[in-house]
Amino acid sequence: MRLERRTHTSTKLVLTAPVVAIFVSLSISGILIILAGVNPFLAYLEILKGAFGSKLAITETLTRACPLILTGLAASVAFKARLWNIGGEGQFYIGALVAAAIGNNLLIGIPILLAMVLVMISSMIAGAILLAGPAFLRLRFGIDEVVTTLLLNFIIILFVGLMIEGPLKDPFAFGWPQSVPVDRSLRFSDLIPSSRLHNGFLIAVFAALIIWTIITKTSFGLKARATGLSPKAAAFSGISLTKTIMIVALISGALAGLAGAIEVMGVTGYVTTTLSPGFGYAGIVVAMLAALHPGGVIISAVFIASIFIGADAMSRATGVPSFIADVIMSLSLLAMLIAIFFTNYRIKK
Amino acid sequence: MIEALEILTNASLWSAVLRIATPLIFGVLGALLCERAGVLNLAIEGIMTMGAMIGWLAVYLGADLWTGLAIAAASGAALGLLHAFLTVSLSLSQHVSGLGITLFASSLAYFVYRLVVTVGSLPPSIEPFQPIKIPLLSKLPFIGEIFFSQMGPTYLAIIAVLIMIYVLNRTPLGLAIRMTGENPHAVEAQGLNPIVIRIVAIVVGSALMALGGSFLTTAAFNSFFPEMVQGRGWICIALVIFASWQPGKAFFGAILFSFFDAYQLRLQHVVEDVPYQLFLMAPYVLSIIALILVSRRAKVPEALMAPYRRGER
Amino acid sequence: MSVALEIDGVSKSFGSLIANNSISFKLNNGEILALLGENGAGKTTLMNIIYGHYTSDAGHITVSGKRLNGGKPREAIDAGIGMVHQHFSLAGNLTVLENVMIGSEPLFSRKSDQKTARKKLLSISEKFGLPVVPEALISSLSVGEKQRVEILKALYRGAKILILDEPTAVLARPEAERLFKTLRDMTKEGLSLIFISHKLHEVMSAADRVAVLRGGKIVAERNTNESTKEELAELMVGRHVERPIRKKQKFGKIVIQASDIFMKNNNKTELDNISFKIREGEILGIVGISGNGQASLGKLVSGMEKASSGKIYFYDQIMNNFSPRDCIDAGIGRIPEDRNSEGIIGELKIWENSIIERLHEPNFTKRGFILKKPSQNFSQNLIRDFDVRGATTETEARLLSGGNMQKLVLGRALSIKPRLIIANQPTRGLDEGAIAAVHEALLRVRSMGVAILLISEELEEAVGLADTLQAMVKGRLSEPLTAEDADATQLGLLMAGVWSKKP
Repeated sequence: MRLERRTHTSTKLVLTAPVVAIFVSLSISGILIILAGVNPFLAYLEILKGAFGSKLAITETLTRACPLILTGLAASVAFKARLWNIGGEGQFYIGALVAAAIGNNLLIGIPILLAMVLVMISSMIAGAILLAGPAFLRLRFGIDEVVTTLLLNFIIILFVGLMIEGPLKDPFAFGWPQSVPVDRSLRFSDLIPSSRLHNGFLIAVFAALIIWTIITKTSFGLKARATGLSPKAAAFSGISLTKTIMIVALISGALAGLAGAIEVMGVTGYVTTTLSPGFGYAGIVVAMLAALHPGGVIISAVFIASIFIGADAMSRATGVPSFIADVIMSLSLLAMLIAIFFTNYRIKK
Repeated sequence: MIEALEILTNASLWSAVLRIATPLIFGVLGALLCERAGVLNLAIEGIMTMGAMIGWLAVYLGADLWTGLAIAAASGAALGLLHAFLTVSLSLSQHVSGLGITLFASSLAYFVYRLVVTVGSLPPSIEPFQPIKIPLLSKLPFIGEIFFSQMGPTYLAIIAVLIMIYVLNRTPLGLAIRMTGENPHAVEAQGLNPIVIRIVAIVVGSALMALGGSFLTTAAFNSFFPEMVQGRGWICIALVIFASWQPGKAFFGAILFSFFDAYQLRLQHVVEDVPYQLFLMAPYVLSIIALILVSRRAKVPEALMAPYRRGER
Repeated sequence: MSVALEIDGVSKSFGSLIANNSISFKLNNGEILALLGENGAGKTTLMNIIYGHYTSDAGHITVSGKRLNGGKPREAIDAGIGMVHQHFSLAGNLTVLENVMIGSEPLFSRKSDQKTARKKLLSISEKFGLPVVPEALISSLSVGEKQRVEILKALYRGAKILILDEPTAVLARPEAERLFKTLRDMTKEGLSLIFISHKLHEVMSAADRVAVLRGGKIVAERNTNESTKEELAELMVGRHVERPIRKKQKFGKIVIQASDIFMKNNNKTELDNISFKIREGEILGIVGISGNGQASLGKLVSGMEKASSGKIYFYDQIMNNFSPRDCIDAGIGRIPEDRNSEGIIGELKIWENSIIERLHEPNFTKRGFILKKPSQNFSQNLIRDFDVRGATTETEARLLSGGNMQKLVLGRALSIKPRLIIANQPTRGLDEGAIAAVHEALLRVRSMGVAILLISEELEEAVGLADTLQAMVKGRLSEPLTAEDADATQLGLLMAGVWSKKP
């Protein structure tokens, strides 16, 4: 029994990969639901209801999808150039922190739209700088960016805690420490009235469109893809690996930072150390399920969001621990890896 | 300032260093074994989490402590087998596969834990390992408290280091593992099977990692709570590089790190104005610094991360 | 039994490619058999099957009367077959002794017996005249020394049949001759040998018999003392393929000139006081065994690495700090040494590969956006003009065969209307038809006044194409020799490092 590289992978095959992966994931997770003493079909029905069963559910799902689209884009841009950015979580938090710090009262007197753009740009710069560090360490010293970005996540979250208990502490908040809030005028207004779905969602979708255009239609996009596929050949053809990877890092970090800013400006208004339930890591799964395609990222972000929103509701209804959502998500990733493998290789007797 | 230095003279500090080092020692040995065979195992954080939960759960459900450790090791081995299947049999990206298993193992651990311990209730505790005082030797001043009054698993960790050094350098199996990490085609050309060797190394290494995780719940603390591994797995990955892939150096690296960790815990009480987060950041910052310092000299196993496909010569 | 090894009806296919087609031959006890064939004829595949790296689709292998199941190197080793691979199976970070010992002891024994192993290694080493230092790290050895370890590995496991895959590809002439003498001595000790080669003179002088492989089939067997190089050449190639002939012509201005170039890498001197110049319409051939600095020279003139000292000029411009991009802009067309890892990005489409060097040109990008139609047209023209077969502009480049891939790379390099071409091993791994196409293209642009730097391990190619020759030995370049003055003996001496003038 041997593995043989396929000569041609049809689009049909590529599209079935995530479907098969999700199906496998749901099946295995179904076993766990049985262990919890609940009928899995019932549980999945509850998840569907919880995610899409009412106008409120749908808006909640889309609200949750918004940061996932951006962290998913961040991961897919980086991974395409073989830059393993696992630091989306930290970049998200630093973007959020900067948004709260600048958006609090620094921009009083500036026209609102301009001020909101400035806040977002600041967060993007913060996220970009954060990833630039590990990128530089890799380019200059050959240090694996997986480890450095992961370690940075822990450092940044501690740093955020430090700031919101110190200089950025909200003196008017009771209970858990939280940061000073973004000024009310700079918050996103509702996309759908009387729901939490905010206009930031449109920015996320727009970002996906821009990233898609860059990757498929620009010469930089081709350079980034070439760098990820074959660094030696890319360098030989005149592409500057250092410049390309650095720019990719800045774009990726900026997207994750933007995710943090939009979450603060659109949903909570302020920063806490639990602002992100793992958006950065989920973004990696989102990217992989979409096979790194920017358009696909939107779909897989909505899928992942629906799992989490739905699971919360399902958990309340049936008592199955809501961690099942994380299980489904991570199994989808593993199954997707195997599915992608079979789109590239076939088994020969 | 004086108080800061006084802490160093306290035997309880050094005893704590060995105790805190135990999960790191297991973790770094496990990661090192996998990498010497040529495979980066980023599932370590998840494996340690699962080891912590299962070790605790086994004891909570009535097993004795050592059986709990054994079951934890078995869970690590199972996860290692999954990682081996993905990275060795299918030659998938070692990075993404490892991260995927970390996410899966952690979420599965939390899920099972939640089945047993519902939200809102206090995390139930178990009766943890007690220090085993070695007769006579533990009565020695200063070093008696440090070296001869540790818990069982800590002694096990030190023995594991010695075994690893011996096996890697003095046995045919160790040579086979080392060569698989340098040139798997050479291994195949000499009649051995590098695929099986890699799989065995990953499974054993993952079992060691899980042991490290289970120490957290059966000895260090005595209950399980989400996020308790706190990135120790990633620190172990950095430590392997810092130790140039050698078990003896890895042991000292773990000790060094644990020293900083134990020291900062005590330093917090002495130095009052500094936010505690800065102290907590120290291990991660140190890891990054260690990576930078070592980056020049690192003698990486030549076939690390290179997928091995039979017949592709 | 006078037959040591018998191959009977062995066939092997990879997808639609038939690598070995019902191959049968015998190796007699105590003889040296050469397996002769062009690149791609199926020689290495066959040897890999004998040694167990691959399983054959059909056919049998019999060793001293016993049939092998195949598919396991361990079985071959136990049957007394040893293999010296073309790309050494050695681990650089481990010692000679460790590389030799691996696999020889039971895997789960409690202690490795290094002392006995060391003694055994040294006694074999002395018996066969292959001196080694057991404690030395493989990474510190020269190529010739590494090959000795490869051979000792096989002898240590008790090989009675030794297979050597292109053993002299990386050796200088005197080393090669010493190797063949050692091999002859081995037959006196009872070993039987097969070696793979595509070098006719080697086959004629070192082997007793030769089997010629062409297109996956054995087309002839001869005793070497009953055949001639010409006969073997024709059998090997199968048809009278004329390589294009260079016509003498006048040269123009100096296009590239290098003076006193040194290149140091981590304390190792890759290039040692190199000087050369090439004029318009001239081909300078750099000959030499691979591993003597050719790769560094290629990187230097392609913009991939910088010299530590010395100057290079491209016409009047100083070129020391040229990046690959600068080279392209200046009109230097480059054919890289390894088309698979440096020349082509396999997963990208052919049209994307075609324009990858020229993304900054207004023909192909406007305001950062790729102009797809013009790019595809350009790619289509390349495919047509350079006879790239088996693909359209939308095909992934990895699906091209070696020859077609090289034609694409060549076409891409020529399309920038270069004034200088760097051709680094331009015909490595190609069949005769593709080789002729590449040579024809190079000679064509030469006649239009383009200067060419040809770096080649194939002496015949360099002698045929180049107007001027310089030999590269241990990072140094010999004085230039014109084609008229160059004869085989002279060149052999130069390549072995015997230079009459002090360099």
